[in-house]
Amino acid sequence: MNFFGIPDIYLVILGLLFLSIIMAIIRVIKGPTAPDRIVGLDTINTIVIVSMIIFGLAAGSVIYVDVAIVYAFLSFISTLFIAKYLEGGEF
Amino acid sequence: MLNQLIDIVIYILLAIGVFFNILAGIGLLRFPDVYTRLHAGTKCTTFGSIFLCGSVILYGLRMWILGNVDGSIWVIHTGIALVAILLTNPTGAHALARAAHRSGVKPVGAVIDELENKPTKKSANKMEAKK
Repeated sequence: MNFFGIPDIYLVILGLLFLSIIMAIIRVIKGPTAPDRIVGLDTINTIVIVSMIIFGLAAGSVIYVDVAIVYAFLSFISTLFIAKYLEGGEF
Repeated sequence: MLNQLIDIVIYILLAIGVFFNILAGIGLLRFPDVYTRLHAGTKCTTFGSIFLCGSVILYGLRMWILGNVDGSIWVIHTGIALVAILLTNPTGAHALARAAHRSGVKPVGAVIDELENKPTKKSANKMEAKK
């Protein structure tokens, strides 16, 4: 199978990472309390960053790694903001 | 010969990283509690992404040493991404755990909660202002 010229082993690795993302999505949907859902979102963000880097390696272009750096910092800021909101303090 | 050896090392690093990321997903599904889920969801993904980024760095280093200057871009950019993950992931987990405790989520099966009557910084400031 030739999927956009990506070698098979990287397709397997990206599929396994996607399986892990799906397990985190199930936690986001099921989660009994609000912090459970945010923990699931945090995990999804980290796995998306790593799979972007691996996809960049598979597709042979560095631009995905740059996008991953920016995504890492933005997801960190959003996690901190939601944590502050859950805490109920003043900003 | 050395080329194939480095290929095998890259595949082993990828396998370890993917294994730990899948452990993170399973832990998120199976653990009973917010705090134990934070263990799975943060530590496993940080450890797994060290290995996955390490494989990309090794790929770039081999390209660089064999004479292709584009390999240096792979090494430096993936190193910056790895440092970003290593700095931001534990900090976010700490903030989430503190927010979960202050919003009233109790650990499952905990007998004693020593932080229960401890004043936070803001409430301590208010107490001092009242005095």
